[in-house]
Amino acid sequence: MAWTRDEMAARAAKELKDGFYVNLGIGIPTLVANYIDENIDVTLQSENGMLGMGPFPYDEDVDPDLINAGKQTITELRRTSYFSSSDSFGMIRGGHIDLSILGAMEISENGDIANWMIPGKLVKGMGGAMDLVAGVKRVVVIMDHANKRGEPKLLKECSLPLTGQKCVHRIITTLGVFDVVEDGLLLIELAPGSSLEEIAEKTEAKYAVADDVIRH
Amino acid sequence: MKKVYPDAKTALDGLVFDGMTIMAGGFGLCGIPENSIAALHAAGVKDLTVISNNCGVDGFGLGILLDAQQIKKMVSSYVGENKEFERQYLEGELELEFNPQGTLAERIRAGGAGIPGFFTKTGVGTLIAEGKEHREFDGETYIMETGLTADIAIVKAWKADPQGNLIYRKTARNFNPMMATAGKVTIAEVEEIVELGSLDPDEIHTPGIFVQRVVQGSFEKRIEQRTIRQREDA
Repeated sequence: MAWTRDEMAARAAKELKDGFYVNLGIGIPTLVANYIDENIDVTLQSENGMLGMGPFPYDEDVDPDLINAGKQTITELRRTSYFSSSDSFGMIRGGHIDLSILGAMEISENGDIANWMIPGKLVKGMGGAMDLVAGVKRVVVIMDHANKRGEPKLLKECSLPLTGQKCVHRIITTLGVFDVVEDGLLLIELAPGSSLEEIAEKTEAKYAVADDVIRH
Repeated sequence: MKKVYPDAKTALDGLVFDGMTIMAGGFGLCGIPENSIAALHAAGVKDLTVISNNCGVDGFGLGILLDAQQIKKMVSSYVGENKEFERQYLEGELELEFNPQGTLAERIRAGGAGIPGFFTKTGVGTLIAEGKEHREFDGETYIMETGLTADIAIVKAWKADPQGNLIYRKTARNFNPMMATAGKVTIAEVEEIVELGSLDPDEIHTPGIFVQRVVQGSFEKRIEQRTIRQREDA
C-alpha cells in the first residue's frame, strides 16, 4: 500500500496556505485543485496568461479563447485577470508566485530536478518548467517513488538533463514526504502502509529520517 | 497612412521572401493568426524561421506550413502535438531551437523594446545555459539571453480600430502583444474592426504604433483539449 495519485494530490493540497498564488503543473499536480481546503483563499495562476483559474466549464460555456497551460478549456472567476506571456513569466521569474507543484522524472539529494528531456527520445520541450523552478518561491514535486522499472527516482545526482539546479524544497512520493535540507533529504512523513525498509530499498539519495516523522 | 487591408493575402503584399523570419502569436491553438497562416501557405514562401511558442497540430495552425514543408526552423518552448513535426525533425528536415517559455516571451519583449540582451536565472545549470555568458548579481548566477525580432509578426487580436490599436480577449492574448512590438512589420488580424473612437483608450492592450497592417478575418478557433464538467442532478 502507498498513496495513490489522488492521495498524493490531496497531501500536496496541504502545502497551500491562505493567500497563496499557486501554479500547478500538468498531470497529477492539476488534481491538487480538487483538494484545496475551502477555508483558505488561494489563487491559481496559469502561465499562458491568467490569474484566478476556475473549474472546467459546462458544455455550453466552453470558450476557445479561455484555456489553461495544459490547453484544456476552463472558466474564469470573479477575481480573474488576464495578461500577456511576458507579464505571466514576470510573475513567475520575479518571485511573485508563492508555490509551484510539479511532476518530475528524477530529483537529486541537493534538490536538482529533471523533468523535461530523455536523451534518445523525442523531446517536446520544457515549456514553462525551467522558468517555474528558477523563479517561484517554493517548489514542491509530486511523483512516483520509483520509475516503471522499479528504479529509484530520488538519486544522488540526476542522470537526465536538468530542468533546474537546487530548486526543489519538498517531494511528495507514493511512499512519503521528503524535505530538501542542508546535507541531503529528510524523510518527514510516511504514506500509510509504507515502511522505512521499503523506502530504504527504493531510494538512492542520501536521506535522514526526522525524529518526529509522521506515521499514518 | 491606411492600415486596414481587405484580406490577409493583400496584407502580405511586398513583405514575403524565402528565408524570412516570422513571429506567430498564440498558445497552442488559442489566439493564433489563422488567416495570415493560410495566406503564407498560399503564398508558398519557403525556408521560414518561425518563432512561436508551439507549432500547431496536424493540418491546423502552423501545422499547415509544416505539412507544406515551408518551415526550415522553429524557435519554440513546446512542440510535438503533431506527427508531421516529429517526422520532419527526426529525418533532419527541420531545425529546432528550444527556449524556456518565459525566456522566449522575454526575448521577444526585449527585441521589441530595443534591448539586445538581458540576464535571467532561468536555465542556469541546464543544457540551455551551454555557451551562454554567465554573470553573478548579488551572489546569484544568471545567463545572458538575446532579444528577438522578426521580418514580420503575425498576431491575432479581438478588436482593432483603423489606427491599429488592439484589444485581446481572455487567454488568447498570450504571446501576441510582445510579438506585435517585435516585427519589422506587424500584421494584426482581428475579429472586428471598430470605428475610430469606439475603443476606450484606457483599455487598449497594444497601441497602434506597433501595428502596420490590420485585417478583419474569420476564425475557426479549434479547441485542442475540450474539457467539461457535468451538471450535478438538481
